[in-house]
Amino acid sequence: MEYLQITGAVMVLLGAIVLLIAAIGLLRMPDSYLRVQVGTKASTAGVALIMLGLALIMPSWFGKLFIILLFVMMTNPLSSNVLMRAAHRNGHPMSSKTVVDQLAEDEKTT
Amino acid sequence: MNDIVLSLLSISGIIMLLAMVLTFVRFMLGPSLIDRVIAFDVLTVGSLGLMGLIALTENRQIYLDVNIIYGLLSFVAVIIVGKYLRKTL
Repeated sequence: MEYLQITGAVMVLLGAIVLLIAAIGLLRMPDSYLRVQVGTKASTAGVALIMLGLALIMPSWFGKLFIILLFVMMTNPLSSNVLMRAAHRNGHPMSSKTVVDQLAEDEKTT
Repeated sequence: MNDIVLSLLSISGIIMLLAMVLTFVRFMLGPSLIDRVIAFDVLTVGSLGLMGLIALTENRQIYLDVNIIYGLLSFVAVIIVGKYLRKTL
């Protein structure tokens, strides 16, 4: 029982560190496209780790925590995809080190 | 909960607060609207984790319901900004 709680606390700590990595990536990336890639993936993984850790600490809350986890993992990639597709259609500038833009090539051929 | 679990949880709360402060810096100085919306998204997702942690330490399950509604509202906000940028709303 006690080991289960310590494992949950370590998972919450790992999730917090992943959120910190997401914040540092948001500060350091040169471009909006790279920023949304870092922010969405890392923050989704961080919240998933935090919710699983909280469910290990308090097992009677597993239902609601699992609903939050499922909701974040469904909606977070979807919303960032919609946002960046709209930005790409408006001609949002890329970083000068970008070498390939496959979405523009796809829209040109179809 | 014993002392080890409580100290680990407080350390992770401090780390999450630091992450949200760094994200808020990007929110303040982001050059375009897109950067600010991305930073807003990361801020709300980070505060989902922080609110879950506060619900555990205060031992009140009602905060998790607030958490669900908060995530739903942040999703709808980002989707509406995306649709507004495509000018099809």
